Amino acid sequence: MRATVRTRRARIVLGAALVILGVALVLSLGVGARPIAPGVVWNALVSPDMGDPDHVVVLTQRIPRTVIGVLAGAALAVAGAVMQGLTRNPLADPGLLGINAGASVAVLAAITLFGIVAPSGFVWFAFGGAAIAAVAVAVIGSRGPDGANPAKLALTGAAVTAGLTAISMLILTTQTVALEVYRYWSVGALTARGLDTVTVIAVPLAAGLLLAALSVRGLNLLALGEETARGLGHDVTRTRVIGILAAVLLCGAATAMAGPIVFLGLMVPHLVRSIVGDDYRWLVTLGAPLGAALLLLADVTGRVIALPGEVQAGIVVAFVGAPVLISLVLRRQQVTL
Amino acid sequence: MSTADAPRLAARSLSAGYPGRTVIEGLDMEFAPGRITMIIGANASGKSTLLHTLARLRAPLAGRVELDGADVAGMPRRSFARSVGLLPQHPSAPDGITVAELVSRGRHPHRGVFQRWGAADSRIVDDAMARTGVEALADRPVGDLSGGQRQRVWIAMALAQSPRILLLDEPTTFLDLSHQLEVLDLLRDLNRTEGTTVVVVLHELNLAARYADDLVVLHEGRVIAHGAPADVLTADVVSTAFALDALVMPDPLTGTPLIVPVPGGAHTPAEEN
Amino acid sequence: MTGVEIVRARVRRRHLWVGVGAAVAVIVAVTLSLSIGDYPLTLTQVGQALWGHGSAVENYIVLQVRAPRTLMAVLAGAALGMAGAVLQGLLRNPLASPDLLGISGGSGLAAVFAMLVLGVTGPLLTLWAFVGGIAVAALLLAAGRAATAGGYRLILAGIGVAFLASAATNYLMVTTQVEKAQTALLWLVGSLSSTPWWQVVTLAVVVVLSLPLLVASARWLPLHQMGTPSATALGVPPRLVQPLVVSAAVLLTASTAAFIGPVSFVALCAPAIARALLRHGAIGIGTSALVGAAILAGADLVAQFGLPGMQVPVGVVTGAFGAVFLLWLLATSKGRHL
Repeated sequence: MRATVRTRRARIVLGAALVILGVALVLSLGVGARPIAPGVVWNALVSPDMGDPDHVVVLTQRIPRTVIGVLAGAALAVAGAVMQGLTRNPLADPGLLGINAGASVAVLAAITLFGIVAPSGFVWFAFGGAAIAAVAVAVIGSRGPDGANPAKLALTGAAVTAGLTAISMLILTTQTVALEVYRYWSVGALTARGLDTVTVIAVPLAAGLLLAALSVRGLNLLALGEETARGLGHDVTRTRVIGILAAVLLCGAATAMAGPIVFLGLMVPHLVRSIVGDDYRWLVTLGAPLGAALLLLADVTGRVIALPGEVQAGIVVAFVGAPVLISLVLRRQQVTL
Repeated sequence: MSTADAPRLAARSLSAGYPGRTVIEGLDMEFAPGRITMIIGANASGKSTLLHTLARLRAPLAGRVELDGADVAGMPRRSFARSVGLLPQHPSAPDGITVAELVSRGRHPHRGVFQRWGAADSRIVDDAMARTGVEALADRPVGDLSGGQRQRVWIAMALAQSPRILLLDEPTTFLDLSHQLEVLDLLRDLNRTEGTTVVVVLHELNLAARYADDLVVLHEGRVIAHGAPADVLTADVVSTAFALDALVMPDPLTGTPLIVPVPGGAHTPAEEN
Repeated sequence: MTGVEIVRARVRRRHLWVGVGAAVAVIVAVTLSLSIGDYPLTLTQVGQALWGHGSAVENYIVLQVRAPRTLMAVLAGAALGMAGAVLQGLLRNPLASPDLLGISGGSGLAAVFAMLVLGVTGPLLTLWAFVGGIAVAALLLAAGRAATAGGYRLILAGIGVAFLASAATNYLMVTTQVEKAQTALLWLVGSLSSTPWWQVVTLAVVVVLSLPLLVASARWLPLHQMGTPSATALGVPPRLVQPLVVSAAVLLTASTAAFIGPVSFVALCAPAIARALLRHGAIGIGTSALVGAAILAGADLVAQFGLPGMQVPVGVVTGAFGAVFLLWLLATSKGRHL
């Protein structure tokens, strides 16, 4: 695909993504167990009346979950793209690689073992947990003669996840109140936390996005192979560090807000890649709005398919994402590096 | 081995390849029993596909492979394995395995499910290791050996199978020249002393010319030449098969054909695939 | 003795000593398990009770409470160890364990579904768990069918399924009341408490039934390790290896999970330890069985008596052990072989 064709296509996709995001936003604010018309939503935003139950729902439920959905979706999609670039592996997903599990177990520990219930407190655990898991996977998964091939990386991530789950099980069975907290932390949901968490993670998340944007050029070079990139005079280590830092910040932030969500970081970059090819500038730029839109749509779907109850967004994503992964695996070309 | 029980490996109207992609079409040939046959050709000419099909690693798309006149497709697996040994292109040894153990695995086709390891098996394995010159390395881990030594160990394993026919897929790739010669000398030695039929896919033209009794030149899935190297390797054949202008002259030391590329003589083949 | 015979004798000796060591560990664990507890018994008392010659209370405790639990630990540990060994041999990856490939997840999901949505209990629950594991296996076999390159697809499909099962299980846990979730959680973690004899016997039968598959695996896997072309050339049927091994692994894992829940990490760690002890690139199915039995029996002891004043489910102990084991793999040169 020639560059100009690709750029034109990418711009079209960007436009489409923003439109979809807009639609998703509207739906997210209006749809639910209590359908609220867009007009009412607008009024709630512009001139809120706390006596109107619809307004209350919009302000206290719909807006927080929409904001979280946008931020977490964007963060995970971008983190997924970065991880795929770092590992040169189209199947790298922060959830599959156990990074989100690291963050959520750390948060669980913070809440139940250390009694840190304020977001400003446990958010740091989320980052710490994500960092530890990321390092573990990176180190284990790249050892051995054939480096980090997709299967080995995925298995390493699964093993790390299992290990972290075991730790959380340990916490759960020794701390009696933990189960209630854990139940909601083991699933990705946009309603787990509120806007107070968002304000805390806003800066780290923004920093993560910035770092991701900065790493993009390096990732494109890295895609040519490590030796080739070095031969072109590129500082591979610096890209790696920036990339991992970006991924940790983004995953930690997303998980602190919404719990561990798997497969989003896999699907969105893949979707973008199938339209505009393997250019990380676009994977990141288009990934953010698409990821946000997808997560919101998943959340909206979850609100309506199991009325009067709700299916959490993370579960909807998993139900869509797992078949996507399996079909990716079954189509030969996609699996190789 | 007398000519009477020398095995006859042949391809009859053989078409082979992958689903959706026929690499070899309508190939007919017989591999001279008790001789060294080398298959040469450019990349993607079908050499490895042919060898894999002969070794029964993949089923023919059409036609058949015959061993002593019988279609190999119908033969029981172990029975075929007792006749034909294979050294594949990238063999992988499990971590930590010793030379003796790897070579021992070659006895598998000869041992029934509950058959215990016997003195005969030990003798054959030791023999195989002696003939390939690796008996001193018997308890060393295969992973610690040099490229040339490792290839000899794999050949020993194929020998432990006691095959009548030995197929080798590019046994000299990634080896430096002295090791390449080591391996080829070993194969020639085996052929001369045991009469084992050897079929080798080889990349290096000049080595093939030097060591082969029979040369098979493949081009785009068809045999364009088959016979003694001196008869078969002409400038024309080299030009067609390898898209290369070259001088073909007798090697000053062995007399076998020596291919010397003409500077700037590489050209794009008439038909681009 | 000739060259190869010396090497083979050495390998055999090593197998023997490692096996004896592991067996001793199992025996020690079993003995402890039968004697200690709220009602401590001496060895003679245990011995008599085993034949029914002790007092009524002693007989009950030994024969109805401790023996089945201990025997289950040994059998389940052996089954998981063997399942892990053959699967890791097939997929040529030391991390390829049935719990990571979704088989345990499928069992867990089916059981939790049956428990929370259908209100199933008892032997029927066991059946659900078993079927869940088998269903996942069928999916994996279908995914791996076209794979000629090292079980790549099987691994990735398995992990996808594992996460899916996990998500679905979590959903069920979230949408039910906390008390029911607590029960489900205990099952999910894996527990050996109150094991009835019929479960022990059934698992024993399953293990015996899987023996032919394991024997075939033992014959073929050492060749399969050398790469598919070499293995095929030596007479191993390439299209049979994967289904055979996966079937063996699934049978053992699903039945174990059906009875004691999806206990984590035994299938991963036991073969790793066995291989490290045996060296020489052995698959080590038998040794993995012994090591697995020792691990689970030992873990059960820790689970019951390790923490003062409380009992934890055995899955928690194996999980903690497994997590530490992973870290050890990371920190030492053993990680190199991944």
